[in-house]
Amino acid sequence: MKITFPHIGNSYIPIKALFDDLGVETIVPPKCSKKTLELGTKYAPELICLPLKINLGNYLESIEKGADTIVITGGCGPCRFGYYSEVQKEILKDLGYDVDIVVLEAPEGDRGEFLRRVSKIANTRNIIKIGRSLKNSITVLKKLNRFEEMVLKKRPYEINENQIDNLYDRLIKNLEASRGSKEMTEHLNKALKIIEEVPLDKNRDVLKIGLVGEIYTVIEDFSNLDIGKKLNKMGVEVHKSLSTGEWISEMLIYRSLGLSKEVKIWEAAKPYIKTCIGGHARETVGNTVLYSKKGYDGVIQLMPFTCMPEIVSMSLMPSIQAENDIPILSLIIDEMTGEGGYLTRLEAFVDLLRNRKEKGQYAEKLS
Amino acid sequence: MKEIYLGVDVGSVSTNIVAMDSNKNIVDTLYIRTKGKPIEALKMAFMQIKDRLQRDIEVLGVGTTGSGRHLAAIMLGADIVKNEITAHGVAALNIVPDVKTIIEIGGQDSKIILLRDGIVYDFAMNTVCAAGTGSFLDRQAERLGIPIEEFGTLALKSKSPVRIAGRCAVFAESDMIHKQQLGHNQEDIINGLCEAMARNYLNNLGKGKEIKPPVIFQGGVAANIGIKRAFEKILGCNIIVPKYANVMGAIGACLLAKDEVANTGKTKFLGLDIADSSFNVKSFECERCPNMCEVVEFYRDKKLVARWGDKCGSWGNIQVTQDNEKLA
Repeated sequence: MKITFPHIGNSYIPIKALFDDLGVETIVPPKCSKKTLELGTKYAPELICLPLKINLGNYLESIEKGADTIVITGGCGPCRFGYYSEVQKEILKDLGYDVDIVVLEAPEGDRGEFLRRVSKIANTRNIIKIGRSLKNSITVLKKLNRFEEMVLKKRPYEINENQIDNLYDRLIKNLEASRGSKEMTEHLNKALKIIEEVPLDKNRDVLKIGLVGEIYTVIEDFSNLDIGKKLNKMGVEVHKSLSTGEWISEMLIYRSLGLSKEVKIWEAAKPYIKTCIGGHARETVGNTVLYSKKGYDGVIQLMPFTCMPEIVSMSLMPSIQAENDIPILSLIIDEMTGEGGYLTRLEAFVDLLRNRKEKGQYAEKLS
Repeated sequence: MKEIYLGVDVGSVSTNIVAMDSNKNIVDTLYIRTKGKPIEALKMAFMQIKDRLQRDIEVLGVGTTGSGRHLAAIMLGADIVKNEITAHGVAALNIVPDVKTIIEIGGQDSKIILLRDGIVYDFAMNTVCAAGTGSFLDRQAERLGIPIEEFGTLALKSKSPVRIAGRCAVFAESDMIHKQQLGHNQEDIINGLCEAMARNYLNNLGKGKEIKPPVIFQGGVAANIGIKRAFEKILGCNIIVPKYANVMGAIGACLLAKDEVANTGKTKFLGLDIADSSFNVKSFECERCPNMCEVVEFYRDKKLVARWGDKCGSWGNIQVTQDNEKLA
């Protein structure tokens, strides 16, 4: 059994840690590239959202490298993501690939079936071993998320150009070369310590932008044209409202206990969306309101073309913008690789925020 | 010796240059078609502007904008490179200081810019859809066999407007053909197109935005009096079309260059003689990873001056110094 899985951000690292610990062989799909997208676009339905196309490209590239089992998360998500596994299965079948697809979900609440699937890919029935490996890989994930968060926060202040980028590249290379969660955690601890000590110029006039929207386009930097890095280079500190670590702990721990960390976000969204309408629409709205309260200068909403939940939240953005006094830019992402149009919008948005901020500062000094 | 600032707007359809003196008076403007060849267009424009301006001028600063702004900046040695939205906003504020709304329709894109208290407050930009842009009008004028310059005046002659679907350029075109075959007047059809375009613009970009007067209409399409009237009819307010409506982006770039040079003290402009330089572009597909980026190499007088187009930055980041100029 050679397991593969779709990319979303850097999550391939903790996933690899998990299977390394369990002693299962994995094939990490090649980094998302133009080729991945081309492959995915060729075989996916034309109007499907972008993540499915990239996922499909990932599978095809992994199969080429010898993978025979694909692990994906499922869940009857109230957006098209809920159909992803079924559609992908059919497409791969039509293409004549003999691969096993394991969907991590409990069909109609069948926990026994869920455990059967887990033990199949884990290659063991030892629940304790599975639990321990899972815990250790979540530690890797959380530390990695923490590092990524610091990169987006600190990069606009760095005194030595590219220092953080180099540190980041080196960390990823080290993690890719490691086996198992123990080795990875050591690398992460080291890198986290170094990034704390990177010399920063805190006097710089840096803006703060929060990223909200559909989870895949927020997390996967290939799909969003590495918006975080682009904004950092324009002198903007960036925070992503969604991360894989939080998503996992929300799904695995809080929701199953009937709790949610997201109550605060939902509360903030209440004046605009009272209930879950699918995807992350409610979180998009709630996080936008929260960013405005936390003193962020602006919010950027990301979504793939034809994403229904995000289109609903996008239509609410004008009133959120007016009532909370925070500028919002919505960017719809599709398979275009030309970056010109996006850059123009980003630059104009950053200019807008900077002018607003300066104006506010003058007004403060005058009063 | 006359001191001037130059603003350059390299757009998809037109390349514009504005020369402005230190008192913000416009000395000269130039509007030529880009025709898909920004490098040649800009060179041509500089040859013309060099001939037209007297010899005794000194260029104190240069700003570039438009979708070809980065290319233009490398060719000219610009002091500031600014996106079109900010440039248009700056230019409009300079002409009507209390402007609240800018309608800008260019060749390939259209924008709405809202300003409050003298700063850009909100904007929206349309690039994927051609229905609300100048190139759509261009094409329809061609189909009807009338010069685009007369389009607006013909629309004004219409007595009973014909409604044409404006949501999508493809639908609009088939709708228009249908109305033609029914025997409607050409003026009425043209007026119908103008109204469809204004409606489409407001539905698309103006959705959920508070459009307050004073409203300025600029960009190449602002020369079309039929569209101006259509906007006035729908919005119910007077619309200002500034004298230099078609080169407002370049005016904005000029004003920004003036501010920038006031800060830095010295221009990076390479001189009007760049019109006589030769510019070459070579490109190759990088084979270091599956992204297969198309890397562009830019040569001025056979010297490599810049590279771009790579995702990872391993080509673009290389400082093109004297040494690797020799290697190249």
